[in-house]
Amino acid sequence: MRVNFTVNGRQQEADDVWEGESLLYVLRERMGLPGSKNACEQGECGSCTVRLDGVPVCSCLVAAGQVEGRDVVTVEGLAEFSKQREQHGHGGACGAGGGCGGKGGVTLDAAKQWQAKPAGDSQTGEGVELSTIQQAFIDAGAVQCGFCTPGLLVQADALLEENSSPSDQDIREALSGNLCRCTGYEKILDAVRLAAARQGEAV
Amino acid sequence: MDFLRPASWEEALAAKAEFPTAVPIAGGTDVMVEINFDHRRPEYLLDLNRIGLLREWEVGEDVVRLGASVPYTQIMENLRTELPGLALASHTVASPQIRNRGGVGGNLGCASPAGDSHPALLAAGAEVEVESVRGSRLIPIDEFYTGVKRNALAADELIKTVHIKKADGPQQYSKVGSRNAMVIAVCAFGLALHPQTRTVRTGIGSAAPTPIRAKAAEEFLNAALEEGGFWESGKVITPSIAKQFGDLASGAANPIDDVRGTAKYRRHAVGIMARRQLVWTWEQYRGTTGRSLEGAA
Repeated sequence: MRVNFTVNGRQQEADDVWEGESLLYVLRERMGLPGSKNACEQGECGSCTVRLDGVPVCSCLVAAGQVEGRDVVTVEGLAEFSKQREQHGHGGACGAGGGCGGKGGVTLDAAKQWQAKPAGDSQTGEGVELSTIQQAFIDAGAVQCGFCTPGLLVQADALLEENSSPSDQDIREALSGNLCRCTGYEKILDAVRLAAARQGEAV
Repeated sequence: MDFLRPASWEEALAAKAEFPTAVPIAGGTDVMVEINFDHRRPEYLLDLNRIGLLREWEVGEDVVRLGASVPYTQIMENLRTELPGLALASHTVASPQIRNRGGVGGNLGCASPAGDSHPALLAAGAEVEVESVRGSRLIPIDEFYTGVKRNALAADELIKTVHIKKADGPQQYSKVGSRNAMVIAVCAFGLALHPQTRTVRTGIGSAAPTPIRAKAAEEFLNAALEEGGFWESGKVITPSIAKQFGDLASGAANPIDDVRGTAKYRRHAVGIMARRQLVWTWEQYRGTTGRSLEGAA
């Protein structure tokens, strides 16, 4: 079957999708966006977390056919998503109506080539500036093997969108569905606290 | 496999009538796991995400009519006052990402004895509104669970809403697991005091082939509270009543040994949860503690 939906602000089309396929599979294998990780395929680990119409969900548990006409943001589009949010003062997705228009969003090609390029780095001539949460993960040393990182970034970004100064309890609860097998949780908590503090300063 | 995408409830009922083997999928938190692991290859998937009415709820005078696909997150955020037991139970479901997708309709459709919402529904008192092209009917929650992962739905029926009695007194819910998130219940217990009718109701999860009520425990407690004049006086529950209630709840459980726990442990834990919840809810009823009606999961 064919599925049409918005990925990182741009309209996309996936063809020959098997009816039992997950959104995660479509993103990784059909659209070439491997940022969302495939680990448990049963919603246990959170590595595949994406925003579906603004809501954080495990993309491995969303049937591809269910995203027809809907709006998905993956970790590849997170920096742009967070920039748009800062500029327009709204969180959540662009909406099914495609309110973001053509100039926003990340093209599939750009998303495929996305690389983490810290702001202020002399090497940074191109690419997208990191979002607050992404930069905080680097600065706090919250990335070890990195496999859980994309899911954590999407989920933590959603937390900070809802709650700009979360308590430790809030952070733990928000990230309770994201497993880190390196068990680097303390640094991850540090990163979220750091991002919250930096967000607070910016306001 | 065919993917059916009805745009309306009527279309969904028509599709289910035409393809009775179609597996309804809403949040996907059970169905997709089975498909991902090749445990299930349904001929038809019936997507319910486009049907808005399933994500709505309505607070009436006596009952909340909860759409089958209202995600647990919404229940936690919006229905804590009306459905405190179910809100507590919702909070114990998996993780935020799962709670953003899963809902009570899926829990009922799957009818796993370990489903988190069942004890809360049994304790509060509920009816499941199911519909087919033939018409609709209300199934009392006590008659809904018919076996391990089996329910009273006919092949052409879909779950539309769950009519849950609004709390008229304190409610509690506890779940035993090896950690606080992402865990299937080892066992669970729910208790609701109903001061209007001077009755109590219970629900036990994961400790019998289906979710069940601890009826002997309820009957004992109803009689003990009545005889002792507890509802009027609001006096402290005696330790012997609490113990007897816990023992009877424990006796109602009919668990098995499995990877998550032994039958003996489950029986023991159900008794402890029942006893503690009786004290918590009763203290709340007496209004002597700061523990809020909403509880804290």
